[in-house]
Amino acid sequence: MKKTLILSTALVGLAAAASAQELTIISWGGAYGASQVEAYNKPFAEMKGVTVNMVDGDNPATPIKAMVEANNVSIDVADVELSDAVRLCDEGLLEVIDHDALPPAPDGTPATEDFVEGALFSECAVANIVWSTVYAYDASKYSGEAPSTMADFFDLERFPGKRGLRKAAKTNLEMALMADGVPAADVYDLLETDEGVDRAFAKLATIKDSVVWWEAGAQPPQLLADGEVSMTTAYNGRIFNAAISESKPFEIVWDGQVMDFDLFVVPKGAPHRDLAMEYIAFATDTQRLADQAKWISYGPARLSSGPLVGLYQDGKTEMGPHMPTAEANMANALVNNFEFWADNGTELEERFNAWLASN
Amino acid sequence: MAEITAATLTTADGKPLKASLARAQARSRRRALFLVLPLLVFILVTFIFPIGQMLYRSIHNDAFSSNMPNLSAWFEATEPGTEPDEEAYAALAADFVLLRENRTAGEVGTRVNYDLSGARSLFTSTARKANGLEPPFKEAIIDADKDWDDPLLWQAMRSASSPYTLNFYLAAVDLTRDESGGIAAADKERQIYVQLFQRTFVLSALITFLTFVLGYPVAHLLATLPLRYSNLLMIFVLLPFWTSLLVRTTAWIVLLQQQGVINSTLVATGIIGDENRLAMIYNQAGTIIAMTHILLPFMVLPLYSVMRPIPPSYVRAARSLGASSWKAFRSVYFPLTVPGIAAGGLLVFILAVGYYITPALVGGASGQLISNLIAYHMQDSLNWSLAAALAAILLGVVLLLYWVYDRLIGIDNLKLG
Repeated sequence: MKKTLILSTALVGLAAAASAQELTIISWGGAYGASQVEAYNKPFAEMKGVTVNMVDGDNPATPIKAMVEANNVSIDVADVELSDAVRLCDEGLLEVIDHDALPPAPDGTPATEDFVEGALFSECAVANIVWSTVYAYDASKYSGEAPSTMADFFDLERFPGKRGLRKAAKTNLEMALMADGVPAADVYDLLETDEGVDRAFAKLATIKDSVVWWEAGAQPPQLLADGEVSMTTAYNGRIFNAAISESKPFEIVWDGQVMDFDLFVVPKGAPHRDLAMEYIAFATDTQRLADQAKWISYGPARLSSGPLVGLYQDGKTEMGPHMPTAEANMANALVNNFEFWADNGTELEERFNAWLASN
Repeated sequence: MAEITAATLTTADGKPLKASLARAQARSRRRALFLVLPLLVFILVTFIFPIGQMLYRSIHNDAFSSNMPNLSAWFEATEPGTEPDEEAYAALAADFVLLRENRTAGEVGTRVNYDLSGARSLFTSTARKANGLEPPFKEAIIDADKDWDDPLLWQAMRSASSPYTLNFYLAAVDLTRDESGGIAAADKERQIYVQLFQRTFVLSALITFLTFVLGYPVAHLLATLPLRYSNLLMIFVLLPFWTSLLVRTTAWIVLLQQQGVINSTLVATGIIGDENRLAMIYNQAGTIIAMTHILLPFMVLPLYSVMRPIPPSYVRAARSLGASSWKAFRSVYFPLTVPGIAAGGLLVFILAVGYYITPALVGGASGQLISNLIAYHMQDSLNWSLAAALAAILLGVVLLLYWVYDRLIGIDNLKLG
């Protein structure tokens, strides 16, 4: 009798454990993933009494199609780039998110007006941060003149050394054109034409032999630290973390930065759809977005979060000047044109791969 | 002497022996089938069926035809090359209403975008205006976006309107269709696949050869040493075999990179200058070195299992009959090891053809193989039909090579252990 009791209690316990809600989020890992765990996941788990799991991916958008088509969706929330969000939404692979249900700013401004322009463009996604692709160099390698413009990145004579670039056409083509003297405002108009694309590839070809290609966001700081490259493009937050919290001699060049959003999406058929929606509403409220900036130098996607951004977790670094959106950093900045990439991404990436494979 | 014929042979209970034997054999065959049935079902469900389904995608893509019924019907009713008339535009307008209702404009646009870049946004933006379209539809739609007048677009839609298509195979061998639907070479700067197929097979053959050159002496040593030594040495072959692929690949990065162990040692000993560090990784050399190392056990093990049972007395006999050591090796020992070489070579080659993680990590730009592009289309571009076509071609070529190999060496001459 006693034995049965113990057994049945154990079973009830098991059943309770199994029914406790679990939320699985896929994001980019590294310092960025850690900032989301600290700012969103831990408080949400505590508030709702649920378990929040974090999975890392090179690009969290990639597994979504396979999961949805196989009817085997194992993640509830994914953190993706805007062009991927638009494309996945167009293909009907994402749940629609009710933007009106997002919490308003503390002063009562509705969410739809509080988010920066473009952050709510896709009906399937809500942006959480503004990040940018910049290039950074190892200051110990350039004791004399230091690189300061996008053109310097492509100048192997004045600034010798290997370069790191992401193995993709996106952002590389834009940066190549800006380095070739095209103003940020004209970049996408030019890329719409064949001449513009040819010109971008020709510029990339000038440094092709000196390039080490990276794929995951954690690679470029590593390549810089190992001395494999002397300059590399990278996500600004990764370089900030290496420079500030690991005291590496890395300097960011903001000229020619390409800004982009990271957005939360819910794959169609997510196992905990409602909880996922609650999570997104929670994580993208004013305070949480401002909190995230305590852990990494990405700008919050809400206007009302800006004034709440304070010090880095070390308690002494002011985060403001390290944000891509800081005024001094915006002098020659480009905002990623998601529509252009959703349309032309396939063709340009194909051409980029062919270009990469040719000798 | 009594005459015995087959007809008179019976079992104890008087039945003809032949029939009785056949029955017994049929029974044991049935029993054998039951024993392998779980395996058969397992292979069917987890292997044959998914692969077949994936290969089916390379010729079948109904994203257009299932979502655009009206226009698909018009395409079916008209000859290829027919100018789109008012009827066609009316069908298009009716389909746009459907696309808007079902939120499938992106899906259709993406399908057409595979053949014609820019079509995706044309579909999504026009679908947003679908409810405002009024007859005459031709003007209304061209008014919404003048690109609808493009004959290339209509050709792309026509080829997409049939769920069955060979276009993905054309794309997989760097071909495309022109305005009239004929086959033409793809743009020069977009040609990539033929070159990558060639590179994949050349590098795989090279890697197979290298594993043979490196593995043969090792296997010979293992086979001829006394067991207690050879068992110890065998651990050195098996240990890396059991280690995770990623760990081994990453270890090569640490060794080979420009600031890595090998380069730093060479610089420290003054063999090369600091500015001439060797580029051994993130290029073809990296792919060849790392893959040769990783695939080496697949060559050594079959060779070893063939060499071990060869009695040393054979070579001694040849020597005692006056053969030089080279002659004894070439005419006696080597022919006996051919089944091992055949098995090891086939294993290494087929594994190398499909390798994907190692070239992705250490191959840089020039060390990419066709499998990296298949992975790219599966994961990034999401063009699964093209990925399936590439994979089908790869499978076909491997099967062809296997057939040639069977002709030359003979599959029954292959020994795995």
